Amino acid sequence: MTGEDTRHLPLEDLHQAAGARFGAFAGWSMPLTYPPGVMKEHLHAREHAGLFDISHMKLFAVGGPGAAALLNRACPLDAGALETSQSKYTFFLNEAAGIIDDLIVTRLGDDRFMVVANAGNAVEDEKHLRALAADFNVSVEPLDRVFLAIQGPDAWAALARAGIETGSLLFMHGVEPRQDWFMSRSGYTGEDGFEIGLPEADARDFVAKLLEDDRVQWIGLAARDSLRLEAGLCLHGQDLTTEIDPASAGLMWAIPKEVRAAGHFIGADALRSIIERGAPQKRVGLKPDGRQPVRAGATLIDADGNPAGHVTSGGFGPSTGHPVAMGYVDPALAKPGTKLFADVRGTKIPVDIAALPFTPHRYRKG
Amino acid sequence: MAKTYFTEDHEWLRVEGGVATVGITDYAQEQLGDLVFVELPEIGRKLAKGDTAVVVESVKAASDVYAPVDGEITEANGSLSADPSLVNSAATGDGWLWKMKLANESQLDSLMDEAAYKAHIG
Repeated sequence: MTGEDTRHLPLEDLHQAAGARFGAFAGWSMPLTYPPGVMKEHLHAREHAGLFDISHMKLFAVGGPGAAALLNRACPLDAGALETSQSKYTFFLNEAAGIIDDLIVTRLGDDRFMVVANAGNAVEDEKHLRALAADFNVSVEPLDRVFLAIQGPDAWAALARAGIETGSLLFMHGVEPRQDWFMSRSGYTGEDGFEIGLPEADARDFVAKLLEDDRVQWIGLAARDSLRLEAGLCLHGQDLTTEIDPASAGLMWAIPKEVRAAGHFIGADALRSIIERGAPQKRVGLKPDGRQPVRAGATLIDADGNPAGHVTSGGFGPSTGHPVAMGYVDPALAKPGTKLFADVRGTKIPVDIAALPFTPHRYRKG
Repeated sequence: MAKTYFTEDHEWLRVEGGVATVGITDYAQEQLGDLVFVELPEIGRKLAKGDTAVVVESVKAASDVYAPVDGEITEANGSLSADPSLVNSAATGDGWLWKMKLANESQLDSLMDEAAYKAHIG
């Protein structure tokens, strides 16, 4: 059941017509699965091309002479060093270096940037960005867009057939292929793919064209979650929270050394001292023995029964054919191959610390 | 003659000679989606109506299946260990979950027959 405040996707009628089963996520009524079911949907995205409606996510246009300076303050980022069309995975951090949200920032012009934020944090993100923007000569504009992701090895070919050439666009780059469109080669599956923000009227034509192609199939939120988990990608609200810093999360690769050294971003001091002391915990992949999934919230213990950490995401990996999970452990236990146990309803399930991702990334980097 | 009963929690029971074979309905398996694991009960375990007997796990979530009546587990469907998707493909057949010896057959009177269950799920 969904409450009165639940938000509905602009293309909800198309999902209904496609036979979607809906569920609540981050305040939205979202298609969880379609008639093929999560297992087949997941595998289809890995083998062909999956189409996802991710319009619950928010696009912000950040523009003006102070745009780069604002983003450099809000994120551990050198926005001015990005080339036009270059995208960067980054965060909003709080003063304690806790992750308010993880984002993708793309430079679209000299002083124009696109920020893509998570659904669950969109309101908080906008408030945060606007409060900071008061100190800069910049505008922050939330865009009213349908946002689609098309992911999988056939994604580029399906787009080409639908009239969108992607040839020269590489992974983590974004462009504006048409008026009010934004398209980046990025995603949340580990596959080659694209995320496209566009006006609703355009989206209806575009979706119809894409779905004429047998290689393209709607994929629900359930498979989106299993795909991203196999790819070792974090879900904010589970694997990342305001209590978790980028060092603990193993995401320091997203923060350039010079940016860290200069320390102009919010949370820089706290992050520096976390790194000096050593992160209190580490995000790791977890591979449970056998077939029983180990899920978010499960406690991890070592062979002697001492607390070792906890699981933040877990489920079954349709491509790996076994359960997969992610969690946080004591840094001394974070080495792949370390054997721990997860407490699942009183049963101790052996789990191995595993290297992430579980499924190799297949990004088109050049 | 076996008689089949249904519960509001979307389970079915096929009762013959004081023993019930229990599973989830086709409606329930559809709601759950692709199952990847079934945590089977121990033989000999005594259950009161409402106790969790089995946990079925889909890709996304774990769900409890409750004992629909009092009784003792006499058999668990071992083939689900190798192929939990049997519950999806044959919920009311090969995808049965457990068998239990009934402690109190009069409890069956409060359950639904197929027609009532069909009305229940609309």
